[in-house]
Amino acid sequence: MSVIAATGQPSYLEEGFSLWSWITTRDHKRIAILYMVAITAFFFIGGAAAAMIRLELVTPRGDLVTADTYNKLFTVHGVVMVWFFLIPSIPATLGNFLIPLMIGAREVAFPRLNILSWYIYVLGGIFVIYTLIAGGVDTGWTFYTPFSTLFSNTHVVLAVMGVFVVGFSSILTGLNFIVTVHRMRAPGMTWFRMPLFVWANYATSIIMVLATPVLAMTLVLLALERVLRVGIFDPALGGDPLLFQHLFWFYSHPAVYIMVLPAMGVVSEIITCFARKRIFGYKFMCYAILGIAGFGFLVWGHHMFVSGQSMYAGMVFSALSFMVAVPSAIKVFNWTATLYKGSIAFTAPMLYALGFVGLFTVGGMTGLYLAAIALDVHLTDTYFVIAHFHYIMVGGSVMAYLGGIHYWWPKVTGRMYNEAWGRVAALIIFAGFNLTFFPQYILGYLGMPRRYHEYPPEFQVLNILSSAGASILAVGYLLPLVYLGWSLFKGPHAPPNPWDARGLEWKTSSPPPKDNFVETPAVDPVPYSYSPEVKPA
Amino acid sequence: MKWYIAAASDVAPKVDALFFTLLAVTGIVAAAIFVLIVFFCIRYRRSAVVDRSGAPANWLPLELGWTLTPLAIFLGLFAWAAYVYGSFYRDVPGAMPIFVVGKQWMWKIEHADGRREIDEMHLPVGQPVKLVIASEDVIHSFYMPAFRLKQDAVPGRYTTLSFTPTQTGTYDLRCSEYCGTDHARMGGTITVLAPQDFAMWLEKGGTEPDMAARGFAAFRRLGCSGCHDARSSVHAPDLNGIYGRIVHLQDGRSVIADEGYIRDSILLPKRDVVVGFEPVMPSFAGQATEGDILEIIAYLKSTGKARP
Repeated sequence: MSVIAATGQPSYLEEGFSLWSWITTRDHKRIAILYMVAITAFFFIGGAAAAMIRLELVTPRGDLVTADTYNKLFTVHGVVMVWFFLIPSIPATLGNFLIPLMIGAREVAFPRLNILSWYIYVLGGIFVIYTLIAGGVDTGWTFYTPFSTLFSNTHVVLAVMGVFVVGFSSILTGLNFIVTVHRMRAPGMTWFRMPLFVWANYATSIIMVLATPVLAMTLVLLALERVLRVGIFDPALGGDPLLFQHLFWFYSHPAVYIMVLPAMGVVSEIITCFARKRIFGYKFMCYAILGIAGFGFLVWGHHMFVSGQSMYAGMVFSALSFMVAVPSAIKVFNWTATLYKGSIAFTAPMLYALGFVGLFTVGGMTGLYLAAIALDVHLTDTYFVIAHFHYIMVGGSVMAYLGGIHYWWPKVTGRMYNEAWGRVAALIIFAGFNLTFFPQYILGYLGMPRRYHEYPPEFQVLNILSSAGASILAVGYLLPLVYLGWSLFKGPHAPPNPWDARGLEWKTSSPPPKDNFVETPAVDPVPYSYSPEVKPA
Repeated sequence: MKWYIAAASDVAPKVDALFFTLLAVTGIVAAAIFVLIVFFCIRYRRSAVVDRSGAPANWLPLELGWTLTPLAIFLGLFAWAAYVYGSFYRDVPGAMPIFVVGKQWMWKIEHADGRREIDEMHLPVGQPVKLVIASEDVIHSFYMPAFRLKQDAVPGRYTTLSFTPTQTGTYDLRCSEYCGTDHARMGGTITVLAPQDFAMWLEKGGTEPDMAARGFAAFRRLGCSGCHDARSSVHAPDLNGIYGRIVHLQDGRSVIADEGYIRDSILLPKRDVVVGFEPVMPSFAGQATEGDILEIIAYLKSTGKARP
C-alpha cells in the first residue's frame, strides 16, 4: 500500500475549538460527533433503566420499585433505546461521518439540513427528558390504545411529542443520504463499486423516509384522541384499537431494519478488512440489502397474530415473514464464505464483527419460531420475544456499532485506542450478552410473559442468571468509555490507513481535513480489493 | 425451578412438535455455521502458513443453493404452522361455549349454565371448548401456557379460541398483554376436571339462574323487550331465533347474526340497520356491560333453540 502524503491541511477537528464552532457547524464529520455525544448520553439513560429492571427481577416479588415505577422503567428503556439510540446510532454517527468519505464526496448533499436534523433530535430528546422529570410515562414503548388514550394517567402526550419530533430528524437524515448517494459520488464510483456500508445506509434511508411519516401521523391521531376525545382507536368513541396496531407496526417493523441494516454494512467492512478478502457474493449482498428493506414493509402483521386480526391476514403475514428471513440467511452465509482462505486477524473490531454474525444468526433463527404462526401464539408477548429482538438489536446492532466505532476510531479522532483493552471489552460484552439474554428464551418457552413486575417463583433461577449477565454487560459497556476516552488524549497518533484498508475514507489523512480530500480520490475498479496472499504492511 | 411445561390440550403437542422441529433444524444449521466460522478462523488465522490461493469472490450455484434451500424449508414450515393455527379458530360441533371478559385486573369467566368464576376457569377433560373473549376496558391477553394458547381480549370486538383440554390438573392462567399497574398480577388458575367431577362442580354452583335466564332478565331490565317484544307497538325486528340467521341490511349488505353482530347492534345500532326498519334504536353503550351483552346473546341463542 502506498504511503499517503499528509494533506498539509488542518484537520476538521482543528477548524475551530469553541463550543460555538461546534454547534454552528455544517461539516458532516462534526455533526457525526455531535450525534455520537448525544446518543451516548441516551444509551446510558436507557441502560440505567434496564439495570433497574434487571435488579427488580432478581426476586419474584416486586420489592425494589412499585408496579407503576416498573412500568415506567420499561417504557423509558424502550422509548429511549429505540428512538434515541438505535435508530440514529449507526446512520447518524458513522453514516454521517463516512458516507461522503466513502463515495469520495466533500460533503453531504444538504449540510444545513444535516445540522438541523441534529437540533431536531435534541429537541425531541428534551421532550423525553422532561417527560422523565415530570414523572414518566407507563404505556410501554408501543403506546397501545386504548390504554394510552383513555386509561393511562401519565405523561403520554409529552412522550409522544418527543417521538414525533425525533422522527423528523431521521426523515431529514434519510433524505440527505439518498440525495448524497445519488448525486455526490466521485467519478468512477458506480453503484456496484460502492461499499456495502453505503448500500446498507442507502436502503435504510429509504425506509426512514417512507415509514417514519406514518409513525408521525399515528402519534398525532393518538394525541388527538387523548386530548380532544376524537374517536379513532377507542371503541368507546367508535374507533378501532387494531387500527393503531396496524399503523404503529407499519412503521415499527421496518424500523427494525433501520436498526439492523446499517449494522450489516459495518460488519461487511470489518470482516473484509481483517480477513483480507473481497466480500463473497458482493452483488447478492446488495440485493439482499434491498430485499430486506422491501420485504420489511410487508410483514408488520406478524406482531398481531393473537390480536384478533383476520386469521387469513395472519397466515399471509406469516408467509411474508419467512420470506424476509431468506436474504438475512444469504448475508450470514456470505460472511462465513468470506472468511474462507482469508488471512484473519483478531483485532477488537473483528471480534465485534464475528460476535455480530453469531448473535445475529441466533436472533434471526429464533425469528423463524415467531414467524411460524401457530408457535407464535404460545411465544408472543413472552420473554422469548424479548430475547429474540435483543439478540438482533443489542447482539446485532450494538455489537456492530461498537465494532464500527473501534474500526473507524483512528479516522474519526486521529488517535489509536488500546487494542488489548478493546479485545477484552469485546469478549466481556459477548459473554455478558449471552448470559443476559439466552435464559430469556427458556423463560419465554416456559410461559413467562413480558412486562411483568412480579413473576412466579419457578422462574427465579433463570432471572438471576439473566440479571448476573446484565451486570457483566454493564461493565463491558462502561469499559470503552474509559479506554476510548483515554485514547483521545494519550493514544498514539493514527496514520491515514492503520488497517491497510481499501475504502476511500482511508485515502485521506486521519482525521480528514474539513473538505475530506485534497484531490478527488481514484476509485478501485472492484470493491474490497483485498488480497489474502500479500501480508499487510 | 421447573424446566418443562405441561402439555395439557390437544393443541399443545402440535405446537411442541413445531417448536422442537424448529429447534432441530435451526440447531443443526447454526452449529454448521459456527463450526465453519471457528474452523476458518483457526485455519486461516494470519500467522498460519497455509494455501490461501484461488478462493472465488462469488459462485452462483452456491448462492442459489443457499437461497433456494432455506426458501423451500421455510415454505414447508409456514404451511405446517398455518395449518395448526387454522384449527385454533375452527368451530367444532358440540363445543362447550365459555365466555371470558377481561377487566383491569381480573378475568371473569361465565359458563353457559350460569356458573360464574373470577380468575379461575374449570373445564371438563376431553370436551371441546370454544372461548368467546371480550374486554371491558383495555386490551388484555388470555394466556394459557400449558395449553400453548393465548388470545387478546380486545375492547369493541369478540375474539374466539377453540381447543380441547386433554389432561386433568391445575394450570396457570395469565394476562400477557400489558394492561396497566397490576398487569403482572392479573391471572389465576385453570382446573381441568374429569367429566363427573366437572358435573359435580357445576352442581355446587347451586341455584343461580343459567346464562340465558340472566340474559332474559337483562333483556327486560334494559328495556329491549319494550320494542323487540312481539306485542310491542314500536316497529322493531323480532329477535326470536335471530342468532345465526342471515340478516338483510338497508344498505344492501347481508350479514350473519353472530355474536359480534348482536353486540354491535346493541352498542352501535345505527351501523347495521335491518332493511324495512327506521334507525330509531338508541345506543346502549355505557348501560349494558360486557357481561350483560354476553348474557343477552345467550338468551337470544336459547330462543333459537326453542323454535320448532
